[in-house]
Amino acid sequence: MNKRIEYIIEKAILLSGIASVVFVILIFIFLLKEGLSLFGTENFFSFISGKNWYPISDPPQFGILPLILGSVFVTFGAIVIAVPLGIAVAIYIAEVAPLRFRDILKSGIELLAAIPSVVLGFLGIVTLAPLLKHLFNLPSGLTALAGSTMLAFMALPTIVSIIEDSIVSVPRNYKEGSLALGATHWQTIYRVILPAASSGILAAVMLGIGRVIGETMAVLMITGNAAVMPTSLLQPVRTLTATIAAEMGETVGGSSHYFALFAIGIILFIISFIINLLADWFLHKK
Amino acid sequence: MMNTKRTEKIAFSALLVLTLLVIAPVVMIFAVLLIKGLPAITPEFIFSMPRDGMRAGGIFPAIVGTFYLALGTAVFSIPLGIMAAIYLNEYAAQNWLTRTIEIAIINLAGVPSIVYGLFGLGLFVSLFGVSILAGSLTLAIMTLPTIITATREALNAVPRSFREVSYSLGASRWQTVRNVVLPNAVPGIITGVILGLSRAAGETAPILFTVAAFYLPHLPQSVYDQAMALPYHIYVLSTQVPNVSSKIQYGTILVLVGMVFILNIIASYLRARFRRRKTW
Repeated sequence: MNKRIEYIIEKAILLSGIASVVFVILIFIFLLKEGLSLFGTENFFSFISGKNWYPISDPPQFGILPLILGSVFVTFGAIVIAVPLGIAVAIYIAEVAPLRFRDILKSGIELLAAIPSVVLGFLGIVTLAPLLKHLFNLPSGLTALAGSTMLAFMALPTIVSIIEDSIVSVPRNYKEGSLALGATHWQTIYRVILPAASSGILAAVMLGIGRVIGETMAVLMITGNAAVMPTSLLQPVRTLTATIAAEMGETVGGSSHYFALFAIGIILFIISFIINLLADWFLHKK
Repeated sequence: MMNTKRTEKIAFSALLVLTLLVIAPVVMIFAVLLIKGLPAITPEFIFSMPRDGMRAGGIFPAIVGTFYLALGTAVFSIPLGIMAAIYLNEYAAQNWLTRTIEIAIINLAGVPSIVYGLFGLGLFVSLFGVSILAGSLTLAIMTLPTIITATREALNAVPRSFREVSYSLGASRWQTVRNVVLPNAVPGIITGVILGLSRAAGETAPILFTVAAFYLPHLPQSVYDQAMALPYHIYVLSTQVPNVSSKIQYGTILVLVGMVFILNIIASYLRARFRRRKTW
């Protein structure tokens, strides 16, 4: 009897293990099932490269290039801000900060990671947007730059913790060898430790990009939501994610607009899949 | 020589400034939320229904909704996550299946939250309607990677020798897991579960089309009902309803952030205590 129960439990454990694979496949299948329906009536190439996103005009136009570029602009800006900052913070925490201060800083970073994105979106509307409006003399502060700044902030906990881990896991004797040769601590950091941690830094950049490109609520709230071809970071933009969030509520199930939003989902899914595989590859590269 | 020392000093100071540039806004955010939100927190605000198109009254249904969603997420994700971690850490061999599962988990962790929303809409909403059940299932799958990863780490921290002793006494693999490994991993597992659930409670995108109600001035009666939820309510109050007093906005945010924050403190307390007590 006991053997029987044990057998059932172990099978349940095996199934639970496999469940994650099933979920990934299910997610992809359901995105494909709804999203591919769009391409019965629309041309895939004009979907990807069309410059007009007018989903509710008659006839509707489903060109997602402005949305892709919106995501690219916001992500690019965020990574440019977050990566150097993340490297600096990670070095400071891992190598420079006094022990007690280090714990405080780490809790601060963890706290940042815990703030829900909708809250940061709200704070972006009331603080960051007016600041940018004033700073650059814009008609509205709700721009790609606002999104980039806020997303840089949101991506930092991920970036910092991965880079910090990879700095800490640089073998001790690298550091000691360098110090023994008379290099200063700082020379050791940027000549020895950072190069040795480079694949971790690349992984952090990849995961940072993944985090930023998939972010939805804060971006929806602070990038100004204009689905037009962006030309500068100081313009309102609309990202892929924000488009789904903003428009799905108004679509009718089974309409081409509904299918088009799922098709955007397919693209997001594939992008995040590739980015995460790359990040994992960098992390486990010897 | 003097020069390199000075370079180092400048570099380290620059690093400190950049670090403070990141940490200071975090501290400021919490200070602002407390200062502006605290005056709004009254028993009436917490325990009454919204009135005047959500411009007055309380946020009780949103609090209850978020509580139900967290509970629903827990019911589905905790057993599944823990068992999956047990499989990976205690049973799985180093083979293609294990590698496939690991890659799947990494990708589940990276799927954008709005894509979970689409998936929930495509699968769970078509099965159960826009409901607490559909929202909980969507959030549960999203939370799974966090719980699996944390549980796996906790299991992995239990020394090999514990298992070997158990086997040598004639215990089977499952008996060893149940009586030796799991009890020693409980604090780590709880920490992971709390962090996963607190993240789920703050998510908006996955619940947008699966459960969230714009305005619902009564409490949900069953798992097939829609519900209000704090994160979505914050979105509504800050972008969809004109002329909401900032007191109500900050009050609502403080309730959500306070919940998430307290859960995080509990988690890090448990983690710290566990690390100290560990004597092996």
